Amino acid sequence: MAATKNRPIAPHLQVWRWGPAMLVSILHRVSGDGLALVGLGVLIWWLASLAGGPEAYETFTTHASAWYGKIVLVGLTWAFFNHMASGLRHFVLDIGAGYELKNNAAWSIATPLLALAATVATWAVILSK
Amino acid sequence: MGNGTSIGRVRALGSAHTGTHHWLVARFTAISNLFLGLWLVFSLVTLPGYTYADVMKWATTPLSATFLALFVVSTFWHARLGLQVVIEDYVHEHANKFAAMAALNLAAFGGAGASLFFIARLVMIAASQETAATAMQAMQSMMGGR
Repeated sequence: MAATKNRPIAPHLQVWRWGPAMLVSILHRVSGDGLALVGLGVLIWWLASLAGGPEAYETFTTHASAWYGKIVLVGLTWAFFNHMASGLRHFVLDIGAGYELKNNAAWSIATPLLALAATVATWAVILSK
Repeated sequence: MGNGTSIGRVRALGSAHTGTHHWLVARFTAISNLFLGLWLVFSLVTLPGYTYADVMKWATTPLSATFLALFVVSTFWHARLGLQVVIEDYVHEHANKFAAMAALNLAAFGGAGASLFFIARLVMIAASQETAATAMQAMQSMMGGR
């Protein structure tokens, strides 16, 4: 087993030369982790507060509409759209398309920008109500 | 077949025949997440308001409750698969890896199970309110008829 100690390990952030493809890959994992660890937690709390009745739901909305709650919800909206956009990019790559350097870089840059635009549009609608 | 290195011990044994399963299920749940997630965001954005009554009215319709339950199953499953890969990438010590995997499975199944219970509870609250309203109406019409 001693021979297995120095095998190559998973990529760490600091060994890569930064480029669009690395950025979109890292953002995919960051947004996915955010959705899994924070988003699903908020989902459970939201459903539990509804099941608990009006008072429990009131507690949830008090926190959700406070400044820190809004930061979390806007962050989750961004994470959702970012993970969705880079996930759709993965589907394209999965069928073997989009590996040409220019094409790949263009969509890697477009992916996080589309996610930002969708996040802004979503909150513009919510806040205009 | 060598025995010095990991690759040497598995070389020539062929495929394990299970490697693609994780990858495929991640894609299947990604597809359902895509549609159910867009449905949830669209529904929440187009709700008339976010009071308890507003949200309950929307959430307890048969369609919403079913989609919410499917969303819970799909997202917790996808998150379990995704976080498994993160653990495999960064936790190399065997005991820690086992503990992290055990915790992940407990959290994913526990979270999904609790969420499904809450959704069922929402529908039951709405159903009992409906029954109470119908009974109240029947009583009022009986008293009015006297």
